[in-house]
Amino acid sequence: MTDGKSGVVNYSLVKFHIGFSMLYLGIVMLGGLLYSLQFIGLYPFSGIEFLSPGRIRMLHTNGAVYGFIINGFMAGLYWAVPRLTGYRVWNEKYIGWFLAIALQAAVLATAAGLLLGFAQAIEWGETPIFIDPAIVAWLIVALPQFVLPIYKHAKEKALYAANWYIVAGLIWIIMVYIMGNYVPQFFVPGVAGAAITGTWIHDAVGLYVTPIGWGLMYYFVPVLLRKPIWSHSLSLLGFWGLAFFYPLQGVHHYLWSPIPMYAQYAAVLSTVVLELAVATVIVNFLMTLRGNTEAMRTSIPIRWMFVGTINYAITCLQCAFQVLLTTQKVIHFTDWVVGHAHLIMFGTFGFWIMGFFAYLWPKMKKAEAYSKSLDEWAFWLVTVGTATMWVDLISAGLMQGFNWWGLSPFIDSVNFSVPFWVTRAITGVLITAGFVLFAYNMYMTGRRAPVSLLKAQTSGGKA
Amino acid sequence: MNKIPASEKFATIAIIVGIVFFAFGTFWQAVAPWLSLKNIPVKSMDKIAENIPPEFYMLAEDYPEEFKKYLGEPGKASFIEALTTGKKVYIAEACWHCHSQYVRPVSNEEMRYGKVSYPSEYQNVMQLPQLLGTRRVGPDLIRESGVHSNDWHAAHFKNPPAVTPGSVMPKYAWFYDKNGRPNKKGLSIIAYMQWLGSWAKEPLYELSKK
Repeated sequence: MTDGKSGVVNYSLVKFHIGFSMLYLGIVMLGGLLYSLQFIGLYPFSGIEFLSPGRIRMLHTNGAVYGFIINGFMAGLYWAVPRLTGYRVWNEKYIGWFLAIALQAAVLATAAGLLLGFAQAIEWGETPIFIDPAIVAWLIVALPQFVLPIYKHAKEKALYAANWYIVAGLIWIIMVYIMGNYVPQFFVPGVAGAAITGTWIHDAVGLYVTPIGWGLMYYFVPVLLRKPIWSHSLSLLGFWGLAFFYPLQGVHHYLWSPIPMYAQYAAVLSTVVLELAVATVIVNFLMTLRGNTEAMRTSIPIRWMFVGTINYAITCLQCAFQVLLTTQKVIHFTDWVVGHAHLIMFGTFGFWIMGFFAYLWPKMKKAEAYSKSLDEWAFWLVTVGTATMWVDLISAGLMQGFNWWGLSPFIDSVNFSVPFWVTRAITGVLITAGFVLFAYNMYMTGRRAPVSLLKAQTSGGKA
Repeated sequence: MNKIPASEKFATIAIIVGIVFFAFGTFWQAVAPWLSLKNIPVKSMDKIAENIPPEFYMLAEDYPEEFKKYLGEPGKASFIEALTTGKKVYIAEACWHCHSQYVRPVSNEEMRYGKVSYPSEYQNVMQLPQLLGTRRVGPDLIRESGVHSNDWHAAHFKNPPAVTPGSVMPKYAWFYDKNGRPNKKGLSIIAYMQWLGSWAKEPLYELSKK
């Protein structure tokens, strides 16, 4: 975990993935913004089949996962795994570049497929059926790429927490993807298919995005703060709790549906219990920050990561509350869920990835960040935008849920939502503006002449 | 080497966490519901087409030329063709992102939409992949059959706010031919809407007994 091992990292691959991740994030944000305009009657491409709002929505959600997050994680993994283990990844020249280019090809083919009307009716797996085998193959090749160096390292030493998450996440996603994209599509119809689809929606987040995200956080946070993680026992508790309870919750996406109730009860219970495991992880990170809280002010990457962590705490508390069958009566099917999804996928994992980039990009370019004030503006625009969107959408959700329950005409819930949807579109503009500043800052940093001595722009600690 | 605790070994994490925990969770959340429901026979398209809702015959009367051109004579074959195409359209346009297909036993949904959903009505190939949905920007559709007329649907898909003021549903111009009459996609999606929940309706017409 020291800088002495920088020789094992392939900078070109990290930069390539960061670049594409940022490109897709921009497109995804524009897509989301465009989609939000449909709700306030301002959609500019009305009547054009290939730009129908329904199709743009799929571009938004799938682009976020496959384009932005997976590329961001690849960049993080190419940086963190060699440094965690002291070994280079399996193969950079062929496998590394093959994976890098194949991923972009898959993302672009998916985007084209969705816009042309070849979507699959699996949430977050709308990837056209003919692209699915390519993604499974990609995931299988990506496994040894990162797990092999960890395996070599494990022969010498006990594995550090970051490695646990990365190994588990990369193994899980292969099985999860095959289960979620093939079984309900070809073999299991109806309600049982819904149970499997729910498990897929949940596992894609819980068994891939979450473990890889936490794994990278377990690497970056101690490195940036220059101190070890607070408690090893809590790391263990958090990991085993997450690993056991996370796969048990898929059906909570279809509560009060005709899926057998025992599966629904199991999902509710394990979701509530999971929040205890999550709390241990969050406490562990916050206690690591203790004594270095001024880093939140001085270090932009630390700020992204810890505000993301606080967002994570909020979403998880919310999750334990909203999964209760009583709460579900009101909030299910409403914008509440949309608000929740944005805070976890963007407010947490998006923030973490932006933190990783804010740290890695200047470091690799051997230049200081171009402008601190641009970074500040980007951070505050995105943070205010995301928080406002969350409050706005959960409020809208409550209103919609009670409106339906009260049996007023359905269109009332739509009409009353318009002010909320206008607010949502405005928060979308704020977030996109923040992203543009962030991207511009990265671009200008890259253009700067390298400085010979890179100041530790990261550590707030004096250690 | 003996000093490495079991919980921090590669094999423990790869096998116990990676495989065993996943298998355990997946059993309760995916396999067990399937085992509980697998004895309910899965209806094929042929079986589904044994009960053609009256609205489908009315569709043939409402748009005789278009129906003949795109679907042929009203009957089993054309009904299967219309449902298959309708489902494709429903998925391609991601209708299921804004419309759910199940009535919950809570929140007065029985009063708004009708009969609470039950597992056997989903055991058919039209629910492969399942289209239960997770969001309601617009109303639930599993009891849609007969709620609106074919003409209403034809006007609605063309310009939803004109029929339902305030609606945020997109316009689907590509469901219509150049004369403004529904094309194959338009007829099929209407047939699909009129099929959804037709099995749970009290019979209103002689035709439904056919």
